Amino acid sequence: MDVTAHAFKSNVKAALKDAQLQRALAGLPTGLVAQRAAAKARLPEFEALRDVGRDIKNHTIANLDHYLEAWERKAVATGAKVHWAPTAVDAREIISGICRAANARLVTKGKSMVSEEIGLNAHLEKAGLEVVETDLGEYLVQIRHETPSHIIAPAIHLTEAQIEADFRRHHTHLPKDRPLDEPVKIVSEAREILREKFITADVGITGANFLVAETGSSIIVTNEGNGDLTQSLARVHVVITSIDKVVPTLEDVSTLLRLLARSATGQEFSVYTTFSTGPRRAEDPDGPDEYHVVVLDNGRSALLGSPFQEVLRCIRCGACMNHCPVYGAVGGHAYGWVYPGPIGAVLNPALIGLGEASDLPNASTFCGRCESVCPMKIPLPGLMREWRTREFASGGGGRMARAALGIWSFAARRPRLYHRLARLAVAGLGAIGRSRGSFRALPFTGGWTRNRDLAAPQGRTFQQLWAESKRGLPR
Amino acid sequence: MSMPGDEASRREKVLGAVRARLGRGSGASGRESVEERLQGQPRHLIPGRSQQDRARLKALFAAQLRAGNATVVEAASEADVPRAVAAYLRGQNLPLALRSGDDGWLASFDWSREPALTLARGRADPADAVGLTHAVAGIAETGTLMLASGPGNPVTVTFLPETSIVVLRADDLVGPYESAFDRIRERYGRGTMPRTLNLVSGPSRTADVGGRLVTGAHGPRRLCVVIVG
Repeated sequence: MDVTAHAFKSNVKAALKDAQLQRALAGLPTGLVAQRAAAKARLPEFEALRDVGRDIKNHTIANLDHYLEAWERKAVATGAKVHWAPTAVDAREIISGICRAANARLVTKGKSMVSEEIGLNAHLEKAGLEVVETDLGEYLVQIRHETPSHIIAPAIHLTEAQIEADFRRHHTHLPKDRPLDEPVKIVSEAREILREKFITADVGITGANFLVAETGSSIIVTNEGNGDLTQSLARVHVVITSIDKVVPTLEDVSTLLRLLARSATGQEFSVYTTFSTGPRRAEDPDGPDEYHVVVLDNGRSALLGSPFQEVLRCIRCGACMNHCPVYGAVGGHAYGWVYPGPIGAVLNPALIGLGEASDLPNASTFCGRCESVCPMKIPLPGLMREWRTREFASGGGGRMARAALGIWSFAARRPRLYHRLARLAVAGLGAIGRSRGSFRALPFTGGWTRNRDLAAPQGRTFQQLWAESKRGLPR
Repeated sequence: MSMPGDEASRREKVLGAVRARLGRGSGASGRESVEERLQGQPRHLIPGRSQQDRARLKALFAAQLRAGNATVVEAASEADVPRAVAAYLRGQNLPLALRSGDDGWLASFDWSREPALTLARGRADPADAVGLTHAVAGIAETGTLMLASGPGNPVTVTFLPETSIVVLRADDLVGPYESAFDRIRERYGRGTMPRTLNLVSGPSRTADVGGRLVTGAHGPRRLCVVIVG
C-alpha cells in the first residue's frame, strides 16, 4: 500500500478538521475501551494471564527457528504446502503463482493485515483477478478505495450515514428507495451480496492469528464467519501470515486466546476461532483441495536480538490504539501505513524505515496507557523512546528541535546549572503568570497555546519544594 | 509458478536470518528443550471459573451462550431431542427442514417422532435453512462449542445455513479449553487434528457499522444449543 507516514504532520492537521472522522472516533471510549474494562473485571486472573502470555511469547521468540521448523514439519505431514517469503515481493509472487496454477478468476479474502502489508489486492488485480474482501469492515474500505484505519475494526473511521451512502452508490442493481437506515439492514445487504462471492470463489485467502507447532495448524479468530466461508468454499485456501505468529502448543494458544478477545473487543471469546490443518481429507465431503501457508519475514527477523524484539510478541488485538489519546484524536489513516497507533509507531519504522516513519514514535506524550493495556506487556513507550534516540543519533529531527535538545542536554548533564536555570525560569514565569494561573500565549510554546492555555508555575521548582518538605518532616 | 529451487532458497533466507539473529552456532542449541515442551504440553494458569463442579459448569456454559445471543435448551434424554429441535424451529417460525452430516449419534435419534421434520444428509448447500451438528465438547469457561469437521459434521453445515442447531452430550461439557483439546488428542491422536476444528460461541455478528452490534453477519443468524442429559 502507499506510504504517507512521512506526511504525518499534514495528515494529522487534515484529520483534526475532518468532522465525519471526529464523529466516528468519538465512540471509542464508550465502545471498545469500556468493553475491555468490563471483560477484564469479569476475569480475576486477567492480569496474571498477561504475565503468562508474555512468557510464552518470549520463550517462543527465543526459539523461533526451532518452533518454525517444528510447525513446518507437522504442517507438511498433513498435506499443507508451506512457502517462505523473505520480502513482500516474494509473498505477492508466491500467491499470484498459486492463483495462476489454480486457474483462478475470483478470489475471496478474510481479514489480514499482513496482506495489507504486502499490498496483495493491488498485485492480484493487476494480474487480472477479481478480489473481494468479505469482512464487512474490509469490504466497506475496499468499495471506498481506502485502507483499514484500525487493525481489528477497519472501518472505525466511518459513520453509519457514510456507509449507507456508499452502499447506495456501489450497489446500483438494488432498488434506489430501499431502506438502509439501520445497521441490521446494511449487514443483511452485505450478506446477500457476499454470499454469491463465497460460493463462486476459486481461491480463498485468510490471515492467521496463530500457527500451532504441535499440530501444524493455522488459526483465524473472527466474529462474522466470513473467514470460515472464505476458506471452506473455495477450491484453494491460502493463508498469508508472518514468522512471529507461531506458538508451541494448544495449551499456549489457550492462554493467548483468553487474552486476545478480551483485549480486542471486550468479548469473553470471539464467536469463531478456527483451527485449519491441511487440505480436506479423503473422507471429507467439503473443504479446500489445497491448503497453502505463506510465511512472511519482511524485516521481522532483523528485530531479533535488538531492543525491538519485544514487539514480536504482539498478537494484534488493537488495545493500544483504542486507548491511545493520539489515535483517538487523529484516527488510523494519519499514521500513513498499515499499522496505526502505538504498535505502528514502534513497528512501522522497523518495517518501512525510520527515515519514512520518524514522526510516528514522536506522536506520543508517553502517557503509558498503551503499555498498561497491552496483553503482551510490550513496553511501547520505551520502544518509541528508543526510536527517538536513534533518530537523534542519526542526525534527524529538524534543526530547531536538535538545537533545543542540544541546549537542554548540555544543562541536564550539569545539575547545578540546570537547577539554577530552572529556578530562574520558574520564578520568572511564576511572577508574571501567578495572578491569572495560566498563559494564553508565550514565546516558543505556540504548538501548545494555540489550542489551550499553559498552566503557570507557582514560583518554586519541584527540587525546592522537595528540599523544603524534607526539612519540614520529622526524622 | 516459482521453481522448487526458489522455494528452497527463500526458506533458507528466512530461517537462516532467524538463526543468525538468534546467534545460533553450528549446534542446534535449545532444540531438546523445545521438543520436550512440545511433547510435555505444560498447562498454564487456568481461570478458577473453569474449575467448578459439573452443575456450576453447566449453568456457566448456558449463561455464557445466552449472553452471546444463543438459545440453550435442555433435553432429558436422546429420545427427547427431535421434539426439542422441532419445538425450537416452530417457536422461531422456521422451516422444519434439517441438514446434517452422517454423524452416527445424530442419526440414532428417533426422528420419526416428529414426522413434520425432514432431514437431508451430506454437505450443506446454500439453500439449506437449518444445519444440525454434534459438538465434540462444550467449554463452560466462555460458553463455547467445539466442532470437528469430517463426514459426520461437514464444515459447510456449521457455516452456511441461517440457523445452526448444535447438539451436545452433557457428559461432553468441560471447564477450560485445555480439557476440550485433551479430548481431541484422545480422539485423533497426539498432535493430530481434523481439517477444521471450530470453536463457536454464538451466532455470527459484526460491529463494523458505526460500532453497533448486529447479530447475523456471514455465518448463522441464530444458534440453538441442545444439551442432552
